[in-house]
Amino acid sequence: MSGTSRSENLAGEKATSLPPTFRAHRMTRNLLAALRLLATISATFLGLLCVTFFIGRVIPIDPVISVVGERASAEIYEATFKAMGLDKPLYEQFYIYVGKVLTGEFGESMLTARPVMEDIRRVFPATLELATVATIFGVILGIPLGVVAAVYQGRWVDQLIRAVGLFGYSMPIFWLGLMGLLVFYGVLDWVSGPGRLDIVYDDMIPPVTGVLLIDSLIEGDMDIFANAFSHIVLPASVLGYYSLAYISRMTRSFMLEQLSQEYITTARVKGLSEFRVIWRHALGNVMVPLITVIALSYANLLEGSVLTELVFSWPGLGYYITNALLAADMNAVLGGTVVVGSVFIGLNLLSDFLYRFVDPRAK
Amino acid sequence: MGNMKNDITAGPGAPAKKEGLRAWLTSDTPNSRGHAKVVQFYLGWLSLTRNPLAMVGLAIVVSLVLVSLFAPLLATHDPLAQALQLRLLPPLSPDHILGTDELGRDIYSRLVYGAGITLYIVTLVAVTAPVAGLIVGTVAGYLGGWVEVVLMRLTDIFLAFPRLILALAFVAALGPGIENAVLAIAITSWPPYARVARAETLTIRNSDFINAIQLQGASTARIVIGHVTPLCLSSVIIRVTLDMAGIILTAAGLGFLGLGAQPPTPEWGAMISTGRKFLLGQWWVAAMPGLAIFTVSLGFNLLGDGLRDVLDPRSSK
Repeated sequence: MSGTSRSENLAGEKATSLPPTFRAHRMTRNLLAALRLLATISATFLGLLCVTFFIGRVIPIDPVISVVGERASAEIYEATFKAMGLDKPLYEQFYIYVGKVLTGEFGESMLTARPVMEDIRRVFPATLELATVATIFGVILGIPLGVVAAVYQGRWVDQLIRAVGLFGYSMPIFWLGLMGLLVFYGVLDWVSGPGRLDIVYDDMIPPVTGVLLIDSLIEGDMDIFANAFSHIVLPASVLGYYSLAYISRMTRSFMLEQLSQEYITTARVKGLSEFRVIWRHALGNVMVPLITVIALSYANLLEGSVLTELVFSWPGLGYYITNALLAADMNAVLGGTVVVGSVFIGLNLLSDFLYRFVDPRAK
Repeated sequence: MGNMKNDITAGPGAPAKKEGLRAWLTSDTPNSRGHAKVVQFYLGWLSLTRNPLAMVGLAIVVSLVLVSLFAPLLATHDPLAQALQLRLLPPLSPDHILGTDELGRDIYSRLVYGAGITLYIVTLVAVTAPVAGLIVGTVAGYLGGWVEVVLMRLTDIFLAFPRLILALAFVAALGPGIENAVLAIAITSWPPYARVARAETLTIRNSDFINAIQLQGASTARIVIGHVTPLCLSSVIIRVTLDMAGIILTAAGLGFLGLGAQPPTPEWGAMISTGRKFLLGQWWVAAMPGLAIFTVSLGFNLLGDGLRDVLDPRSSK
């Protein structure tokens, strides 16, 4: 690690001693890079909106009928047709759609009769809570497992960890959730069942962040905290198993790459303990690409939570979207898709940014 | 295999015949292009057989194919026949080895018929998405310029989407059903293939043999289809085998949500969904189809890992 910080210092000194024209040049270059990034984001976001617009307006043969039903009178049909802006040309409809999405307006949900945005704001913290706890689970277990697998490459420990990962990749997550419920809730009764809280505790604490584990701590109610915890343990472990499989596999391959480097040999020759060589020197360098992996797996968990939330009746975004889906409530489905997609894009960018930020070579 | 006879008789022939097929298959002096291909294939096969896990995977995949082909012979009951007096029988009951579901249908027979549906979905996705990805990737990589920029931007946009949610939204708009589920999965799974194909194309675009064909006056279509695509195939095939498990899981997820195959079709994901109602009392209704999905996707994962080691030595460590 000392090597990298020294080279960073060198670069810093160089930057301050550069003549002003160079500095101006660098600024324009940074500005250009920022502009390019902005263009990429907006292009991707616009693409997302194109697809949702296509799904909502173009694929259904008659969007009006899907709103008013087949038995509506001609006047109602006409009025809705106009109200939905379907008499305008397609590009103008798209323009209006983009404008609405940018102001956070996704229309009204047929299921809850509330604006979709309001619904999403209400259910999103639950998904965030679940995905975060699951990611913590995946990181805490996944990284050490990956390191151990790399250190004992080819031995039975490695094979065992590989098998654990492969099982995670091969299991339908909703089935794993069901079996978890069966064993740990039904048979052993170690954890609480579906939902976020027992019904007795419903609405007992004021929602500050919407994240129950934090809200209950703010309120200082340990009973509710314990209850919320016993509800989240199982879904978070099921979901976290997925990210564990991914993180441990990536950690292993990154570690293998580092362990074959010469600086590792140098560190060993210097007489450093094996523990220090592996967990400080090698893992320290692996952390940079791992941050990207963790951000990506977090994004995947937000999505993977759709099926998990359904199995555990977890009132989050995935549960909301699937329920809307089964009721053919397209406004809610598309609104949810746009939100998940935006978070996804955002996390992708964040991982890109973090990578540049943490790795001095990428500058 | 048509060349085999010719090669044996046409080559230095006689000794090869004496030492048998094995010597011919491992010959390091192939007599023809066909022979060389066969030898290469055989050596790949040999190194695959050295990997026991990959062989387990292959066995699972082959049994999936066999089971779905011979489902009528293997099934003990009609998968749709209801017998309400025999509902929810536990596994190992007489005449119903894996028990019965809530309508008294034999779970084992339903699983056997479900194998065909899984294979059908996987095959349809496997012949559509990679082809689309190959076309986009090779054309983008070979032509370069604005074509590449446009196509790859499109690919990136699709890659930046959450796949399952997008598939859900597509099925919601198209309406539930196996074909629509396949379409939705294919639409959301082509971009990685395009990426892989483009990367491969870039490495061969400026090679001498491509230049030589260009000088001979071959058309762009001919070069892309006849010379670039075959070289991208092995990377794409590895990717497809590795993705198979994901495709099966997504399809099962759509079935579980009620958006894939419709009842009474014995689709595994949908079977788990009905079993969910009886989870705490009659666990086997949900557990058995899940085990089937798990086994098959594990098989594809093991095979894919093994194939990657054989076909792509760079990534094997």
